[in-house]
Amino acid sequence: MTMPTQEDAIPEQPIRNGRRGLVGFLKHWLFTTNHKDIGTLYLCLSLTMFFVGGAMALVIRAELFQPGMKVIDPDFYNVLITMHGLIMLLAVVMPAGIGLANWMIPMMIGAPDMALPRLNNMSFWILPCAITLLASTIFMKGGGPNFGWTLYAPLSTTFGPPSTDFLIFSVHMLGISSILGSINIIVTIINMRAPGMTWMKLPMFVWTWLVTAFLLLCIMPVLAGTVTMLLADRNFGTTFFDAAGGGDPLLYQHLFWFFGHPEVYVLILPAFGVISQIIPTFSRKKLFGYGRMVIATGAIAFLSLLVWAHHMFTSGLPLGAELYFMYATMLIAVPTGIKVFNWVATMYRGSLSFETPMLFAVAFIFLFTFGGFTGVMMAIAPSDYQYHDSYFIVAHFHYVLVPGAVFAFLGAVYYWLPKWCGRMYDETLGQWHFWLTFIATNVTFFPMHFLGLAGMPRRIPDYALQFGDFNAIASVGAFIFGFAQLIFLYNVIHTIRSGKKASAQVWDGAEGLEWTLSSPPPYHSFQTPPKIER
Amino acid sequence: MVKQEEMKREKSAFAFVGRALACITIMIPTAALALADDWEINLPRGVTPMSRDIYDLHMTIIGILAVIGVIVYGVLIYTIIRHRHSKGAKAATFEKNLTLENIWTLIPFLILIGMAVPATLVMMDMDDVTGADLTVKITGSQWKWHYSYLDQGIEFYSNLSTPPDQIHGDAKKDAWYLREVDRPLVLPVNKKVRFVVTSTDVIHSWWVPELGIKRDAVPGFIYQAWARIDKPGTYRGQCAELCGVGHAFMPIVVKAVDEKTFSRWVTQQEKAHPAPRITQWTMETAMAKGKALFDRQCAACHQENGSGIPPLYPALSTSSVTVGAPISRHIDLVLNGVPGSAMQAYGPQLDDADLAAIITYERNAWGNDTGDLITPDQVRERRSTQRTRQDNNQP
Repeated sequence: MTMPTQEDAIPEQPIRNGRRGLVGFLKHWLFTTNHKDIGTLYLCLSLTMFFVGGAMALVIRAELFQPGMKVIDPDFYNVLITMHGLIMLLAVVMPAGIGLANWMIPMMIGAPDMALPRLNNMSFWILPCAITLLASTIFMKGGGPNFGWTLYAPLSTTFGPPSTDFLIFSVHMLGISSILGSINIIVTIINMRAPGMTWMKLPMFVWTWLVTAFLLLCIMPVLAGTVTMLLADRNFGTTFFDAAGGGDPLLYQHLFWFFGHPEVYVLILPAFGVISQIIPTFSRKKLFGYGRMVIATGAIAFLSLLVWAHHMFTSGLPLGAELYFMYATMLIAVPTGIKVFNWVATMYRGSLSFETPMLFAVAFIFLFTFGGFTGVMMAIAPSDYQYHDSYFIVAHFHYVLVPGAVFAFLGAVYYWLPKWCGRMYDETLGQWHFWLTFIATNVTFFPMHFLGLAGMPRRIPDYALQFGDFNAIASVGAFIFGFAQLIFLYNVIHTIRSGKKASAQVWDGAEGLEWTLSSPPPYHSFQTPPKIER
Repeated sequence: MVKQEEMKREKSAFAFVGRALACITIMIPTAALALADDWEINLPRGVTPMSRDIYDLHMTIIGILAVIGVIVYGVLIYTIIRHRHSKGAKAATFEKNLTLENIWTLIPFLILIGMAVPATLVMMDMDDVTGADLTVKITGSQWKWHYSYLDQGIEFYSNLSTPPDQIHGDAKKDAWYLREVDRPLVLPVNKKVRFVVTSTDVIHSWWVPELGIKRDAVPGFIYQAWARIDKPGTYRGQCAELCGVGHAFMPIVVKAVDEKTFSRWVTQQEKAHPAPRITQWTMETAMAKGKALFDRQCAACHQENGSGIPPLYPALSTSSVTVGAPISRHIDLVLNGVPGSAMQAYGPQLDDADLAAIITYERNAWGNDTGDLITPDQVRERRSTQRTRQDNNQP
């Protein structure tokens, strides 16, 4: 490392609000404006909701273990699939990404904190309120929202339970939180870089978050507008999505997927960033084709705004639209391919070691690429007529989200946790966690490809006998997956409380400003800007 | 010493290979089991030119992707095995190679063009619904399909025929559990059949994999699809778009028959079949008939115990409609439904005896105990008064 360590330069400044005990604890966490504290809050919330959303998935898999209605009734099943989807996307993966951004961006660009600390506090604390409101709909009269996370009209308007209105307000709040968080990230990256941290020196994780934040600013207002139209259709007699009043149910789908498709890149781009940090470290080699990686990130984000209707191939689009959306969607494979090829090239002729973060990163490349393959298959419009709304699509998006986003963020925690708390995690437990998770992921989601191709539609609580065997396998895998995550929980808590002391460098191949700070880093990361080599 | 070092290295390489093998051994039995005859793991080839075009396209794309996969995964596995820190690999220092990067930008682009050409042709063919010999209008509603042969004037509802006790596990499930209906859609082979698809309430999707058709049924809009079936047989599918509580219970059965059988079937349908004469209409028979019909037609929303899912699906066990007077209000509500809500009009779907049985059941089950026995004549009377009223309203 050529950069000077600041380990001794800055004294640790434990700032508490002058009170001890429970009141002090609550005041500290409620009013904190520190990027690390807020990052921790985001990550804790995300992990908690991961178990909540996961428990819902296990109830779903228990019902699907065998044909017949056994565990829950069909209405509650529909509530669970809706909640599982919304929670995993909006309360697990997004907060995990923003939590990592909060922790790492100031440390990676040589800043003392985020640019807008009070806004940061606010954008976090909106989130638990919104999620509580969202989860409370399950207990409301008439049951929770039961129309899937896509909230398609008219199932969510004329036919939606009263709790739908609360869901809509919750989505508004989540949207505000994301927009504020994005503004903060953009402002921080543009203004707070240390002198000499030029654009083409930014770590990939910072780049991916900059692009993601702009993407969020493009799509979140559209979602807010769309759900407001739902609210108006439900309560104020408008007919945006009702043909009887001159509206069109497909208008809802267009607006929703204009948000919904880029949203999946909001989830996966920060994961790309994480992978681009982990792979070079454990390959002991610089990221291959950095410039092209930056361009590819931008290209993916740009294209993602232009392909939404590939979610609607069977909805009744005219031929021209089918063809355009097919071509545009296929085009995304090019920049995504560049990413994968460059990661492989980074590893090629490196000096590889396979600690837990690297295992997750390599599994990410294997399985995300597989999810990319099924993605290309579904871009082919005529074939998509058979895949659409079947278990094939369920397999596809779980392959890009679980080994994609979730693996990347689990890897990120193993990678940076020693830096965050100054203590090393237990490698043996980490390996156990990885291998169980990796095997269980495939046992759970791989058979779903077969189910979909054989004709099983998604979102059904009961199915024909021919689908029995693969569903049973998938359910077994899901339970292994779920319980394997308890190892992770234990490992994280154990590390924070009594892990072995970690060095500032942590990983011998790691490069970047965050490793020049002590482990754990000082409360205000860089109080004097670091010098960056030209 | 050196030897020991080497052995250690070899050992770790073996450990890795062992782990890789462990993974593969999990995958192989899965795949092998799956390949056994009765395990369906791929798209059906189907029985229409369209479904076969889709199948061929699907296999072509998989083939291309498999080649790419072998290359990418091959390099990845090679580097994982060879370039290990524990085996003393020294990291190279290269960090870019524009030629290489241009190649792997351009080649995927060309491959994608190669995929797009056949896909476009199939798509254009799929969109061409002209020159149809027969048109069937498909209407989805919660949770049944309605088929209408526009040229022949035949129409009927097609309901799930799996009894509820099989769903709840009280009876053995038969082979076509959840994939059987009371009246299948009968179609002639070797004719171009045009489907016009719509819905009366929420979005449904009519999907029969072997015909290569999936088409959303959108309320207020009509979208089209077509099929030319070339092999007689029974083909099954089900609703593919989440449409509420009964989404899983909305199967499709298509019976493809040769042309002669089809025209014989059409003539049979055209003959007016008189309603079966009701010999005795007692409380017991009406209640038994009513329960069977209620469980199939009404229980998804109002629940088998009549508790409903209020406020959207009202309870019937404590309702002013089911225990209150006048009875005609109850009959009218079932006949006409409640516009703008999930309550459908059952007048066009069921005959007088069925409706009388359901209404009798609703007024006497779950402790309602009104003792009212509704006769088919009462239902017929309400139907005709409404018809007269409608006629009078005509200008």
